[in-house]
Amino acid sequence: MPDSPATSGARIRGGVREPLPHDSGAKHVSGEALYIDDIPEPQGCLHVVAAMSKLAHGRIIRLDVSAVAAAPGVACVLTAGDIPGLNDVSPTGTNDDPCLADGVVHFLGQPLFAVAAESIEAARTAATLAEVEIEPLEPILTIENAMAKGSFVLDPHTMRRGEPEQAVAGAPRRLKGRIEIGGQDHFYLEGQVSLAIPGEDGDVLVHCSTQHPSEVQHNVAKVLGRPDNAVTVEVRRMGGGFGGKETQASQWAALAALAAIRTGRAAKMRLDRDDDMIMTGKRHDFIADYDVGFTEDGVIQGLNIEMAARCGFSADLSGAIVDRAMFHADNCYYLDNVEITAHRCRTNTVSNTAFRGFGGPQGMVVIERVIEAIARERGLDPLEVRRRNLYGGTGRNLTPYFMTVEDNVADQLIEELARDARYTERRAEIAAFNADNPVLKRGIALTPVKFGISFTTTFLNQAGALIHVYTDGSVHLNHGGTEMGQGLFIKVAQVVAEEFQIDLERIKISATNTAKVPNTSATAASSGSDMNGMAARAAARTIKRRLTDFAAEHFKVSAGEVAFEANRVRAGTHEMSFAELVKLAYLNRIQLSATGFYRTPKIHYDRQTASGRPFYYFAYGAAISEVAIDTLTGESKVLAVDILHDVGKSLNPVIDLGQVEGGFIQGMGWLTTEELWWDKQGRLATHAPSTYKIPACSDRPEAFTVRLWERGENTEETIHRSKAVGEPPLMLAISVAHAISDAVSSLSGGKLLADLDMPATPERILAAVEDMKAREAAR
Amino acid sequence: MRNEIRFLLGDEERRISGVDPTMTVLNYLRREERLTGTKEGCAEGDCGACTVVLGALEGGALRYRAVNACIQFLPSLDGKQLLTVEHLKGKDGALHPVQRAMVEAHGSQCGFCTPGLVMSMLALQAEGDTLDRGRIDDALAGNLCRCTGYGPIIEAARKMGPLSSAEGGPLDRVDAASRLAALDTAETLALEASGTRYFAPTSLAELAALTSEHPDACLVAGATDVGLWVTKQHRRLDPVISVGAVAELKRLSVSDGMLEIGAGVTYEDALAAIAGRAPDLAELMRRIGSRQIRNAGTIGGNIANGSPIGDMPPALIALGATLVLRSGETVREIPLEEFFIAYGKQDRAPGEFLEAVLVPLTDAGQLRCHKVSKRFDQDITAVLGAFNIAVEDGVVKSARIAFGGMAATPKRATAAEAALTGKPWTEATVDAAREALAEDFQPISDMRASAGYRLAVARNLLTRHFIETTVPETATRLVGPGGLARSGEPAHA
Repeated sequence: MPDSPATSGARIRGGVREPLPHDSGAKHVSGEALYIDDIPEPQGCLHVVAAMSKLAHGRIIRLDVSAVAAAPGVACVLTAGDIPGLNDVSPTGTNDDPCLADGVVHFLGQPLFAVAAESIEAARTAATLAEVEIEPLEPILTIENAMAKGSFVLDPHTMRRGEPEQAVAGAPRRLKGRIEIGGQDHFYLEGQVSLAIPGEDGDVLVHCSTQHPSEVQHNVAKVLGRPDNAVTVEVRRMGGGFGGKETQASQWAALAALAAIRTGRAAKMRLDRDDDMIMTGKRHDFIADYDVGFTEDGVIQGLNIEMAARCGFSADLSGAIVDRAMFHADNCYYLDNVEITAHRCRTNTVSNTAFRGFGGPQGMVVIERVIEAIARERGLDPLEVRRRNLYGGTGRNLTPYFMTVEDNVADQLIEELARDARYTERRAEIAAFNADNPVLKRGIALTPVKFGISFTTTFLNQAGALIHVYTDGSVHLNHGGTEMGQGLFIKVAQVVAEEFQIDLERIKISATNTAKVPNTSATAASSGSDMNGMAARAAARTIKRRLTDFAAEHFKVSAGEVAFEANRVRAGTHEMSFAELVKLAYLNRIQLSATGFYRTPKIHYDRQTASGRPFYYFAYGAAISEVAIDTLTGESKVLAVDILHDVGKSLNPVIDLGQVEGGFIQGMGWLTTEELWWDKQGRLATHAPSTYKIPACSDRPEAFTVRLWERGENTEETIHRSKAVGEPPLMLAISVAHAISDAVSSLSGGKLLADLDMPATPERILAAVEDMKAREAAR
Repeated sequence: MRNEIRFLLGDEERRISGVDPTMTVLNYLRREERLTGTKEGCAEGDCGACTVVLGALEGGALRYRAVNACIQFLPSLDGKQLLTVEHLKGKDGALHPVQRAMVEAHGSQCGFCTPGLVMSMLALQAEGDTLDRGRIDDALAGNLCRCTGYGPIIEAARKMGPLSSAEGGPLDRVDAASRLAALDTAETLALEASGTRYFAPTSLAELAALTSEHPDACLVAGATDVGLWVTKQHRRLDPVISVGAVAELKRLSVSDGMLEIGAGVTYEDALAAIAGRAPDLAELMRRIGSRQIRNAGTIGGNIANGSPIGDMPPALIALGATLVLRSGETVREIPLEEFFIAYGKQDRAPGEFLEAVLVPLTDAGQLRCHKVSKRFDQDITAVLGAFNIAVEDGVVKSARIAFGGMAATPKRATAAEAALTGKPWTEATVDAAREALAEDFQPISDMRASAGYRLAVARNLLTRHFIETTVPETATRLVGPGGLARSGEPAHA
């Protein structure tokens, strides 16, 4: 069937490409949208609180919870020994993520036991009454320490193409350097929360704020020692996810479920902000070393990158996350002769996890730093060095993992953006400003993004949907994707409206539920609308085909004479409303419910040889950021941003714009104000918004221009030729980091590279400024 | 004494007794009233998801202010109207203009911060003036959104239009004003439940009597700090004496060049009085907390809690402010800098309370304040420098310099002052004073900044002050009046 919408005069309301507001918008603004903590609590609902380890590493000598159990209002206390099934909530079967500490504590903040009580206050008070004795063991807290001690959660991995050692050594120019990249807390406004309601036969229903209901289901069943079919997980919406509710939701769901099963009462576990930030994983921090050989013109001839990521105490998703950092250590650039190696460091800190971009941003930061280093060394505009190294041209389209880049548009985006946002002219204006201003310095940078779309674990690229059409013609839509604010539900509903040619209001968007669509993948990897849109369309097409066949037979016309047009159906000379046809089909015993399924085509990857086609396609974008820094304090301010981003043919342009803008600001926060700070004991000191600073309203630049690329179209047959948009825009904010380093470099007339680690806090910027002044003086 | 809290919840009157007086307004709404539109995002007044609007009679007129429900205690509602996101829709179910603007501008994604934003915008709308970007930023600085990047929200604020005069319903201001007046809350409030005694005296005399009777009571004004003792440290406070209803402590007056700020005056009210007299101090105050915090928090509280990183003390020390402390009928006056004895230790005897701050305005015009933090708005200071330096004929006549974030208390830089006083106002003198700052301060390293950075910035702030006074045309600030980012023009236009 063609992808284009019906062409006859009347149009449905809410088909694809319409700029519709979020389906829950009116409920958000009126407070009527229900989050897990807003669901009326069943009578006698218990509240569960976890007690945390006060040491980063140690052996549990004694854990006496008798005083906890005896405290007022306590219904039950849960320790590792109370877990009937497996004490593990690891996502990939590594069996290294205990629900409650058993024998050894692995990080400061790890749950030792949990208390379920009549109120959260009673539970909190009781949780302080345990007698805990932990024999301290030496903790490993940093990447350097883990590397020195050979402490890893998984084996290192290498991608290699060509002969990088020789190429680097033989190149006319060579540079080595290092960059440290900080982690990031998700800071979803709604913290982790689960409400477990016990049923008969030991079954349990868990309302859980999660991006991965199926995995929560598996983990709850595993912990309870019950089959998967005893556990149902449901989520209508999350108050933000950003990757933080993919694997990190299971532990709290399992503890709530365990308390519910033990007591026969509903049990809720909601982490308050501090507990959430201390006990749940974050974006991985990285240290990367590079050794690059290049021509006098700044073209890379050989490159070695060695990265190390702090994974925390367990593997979680670190395997795939660090792989994705490696997959994006090329960004938009052809790397001739390249080796990328990455280490997965095991540390006595909270286990790091998925976060929008999933390692990709860190990999991209590394290669963009390499580019800028080359530019400074050659005295070239960094944009010029970027251009010279882009994919494209004969023999310059193969990635370090042997995938051919077939859909490259980075060059077009860069040129269009540079022209429209007056990059060259502004660079001159900034140089003039800097010459006149001794204290404040401006900087500018354009950085592109190429982001691979698909789960690199190939089997995850599958999705399911379930559609019912009721006899009044109204439609119930369900699929495995979850809504965390990104607008997935409205996009998929638009796809279904388009397919049936009925108004969007006729379609009921419903909560994700493991009993409706099973064995789903996480709503992650930006894949939500690509995969669930396709699965929902498949389900709709099944029903539509049945209706078509029925109408053809009933009205004695050919199937080709049956057409769905704007809430009407035509069958030869007969015309009726969609609802009338549905009713007629029902009376003639036609099945009006169908499942749909989708598996992403073309992809394959062999990790042993680090080669294949892990991505169905790439999403592209480019951004220019202009900043000013204060050379006396290191403060910085983003003054202007221009973005051109390719979302293919958008399913909903306003939703996509929201993703681009929001992703950019989130990335800007990661690279500027958001600093995670642990003390020497391994205690996270930045565990609340008072100390952990995500962007505020005034941090949004005064001048902020975002355009979706009009010429964009997915070369692959994705849902209505759209492109994924969830993660890629976050990396547009790397332009902010480079604009800042450009401003620092201005102190050397742009000749020296700023030694600036991320996030570029005032303290780091001031240090880079002082270092730059000293080096310039010595030059 | 009265033992019930009286307030309006929307347009419904509530009279409440027998509840824990330190129950937060947020928990009251969500648990007791089952009004779950108001969210808990952080329970410390930093994210704004819990923002509600309080209507109160001020000088006979109803005024709306946004506050953080998560750290306000229930008795703080006494005599007020509490508006939540549930109260905004019209009788016909139509969205309020603020809500409609948010939907139309695509101002919500996950929606969890949205009710709080809507309430902050309602309070902003009630101010009635034209809205430029700076005013919107200031009104929304205390509402974190992790999804949108704020652009659509700013657009919604620009498009929401003036406050409509609802006839009937919770937003009917005429009705609310007359009903608030009828609540009759002139009598002192005395509550006791869940192991907490709570008093909210309405006169200075009663406050003095109560503090004498309960010398170790926890004194609370705006609860923007004490609230966290309950929500974060899970402490049981008893007894609690609120100074928030004491009329005499709301005094804000100027006479003979002396500004008197009653201990119960909020930042926001003081800001209005200070803006015209000490512009740089006003800019500092704009960056203290958020609008919600400044609507509740008091300058008195910021001083009395003795925090080494409170922003008002260094500025007020630099101006030579004094404190009026009262114990029963006994009143004494001390210089502000002498109030701070050591970390967590202030010169306040049991039973004594802060009555007022006296701020000489003589040097208000020349005071310069420099706040450095990771984020410009609503962030706790890493280093704050306040400079009150008088230069006559090129010579430093006097210097009062105080810093926050550099020691265990807000503290004067006496060695640096000495290095400056009587010397020519030159780079060489500034260099000597920069060196002297190492004698004055041995700061600590923590999550906000390292010791080395703190000292380097303290020195550089002195340099910045020198540049600003000697080469005033030099651009030295990124934000605030004259700041690069608030030029009103896009940077590359």
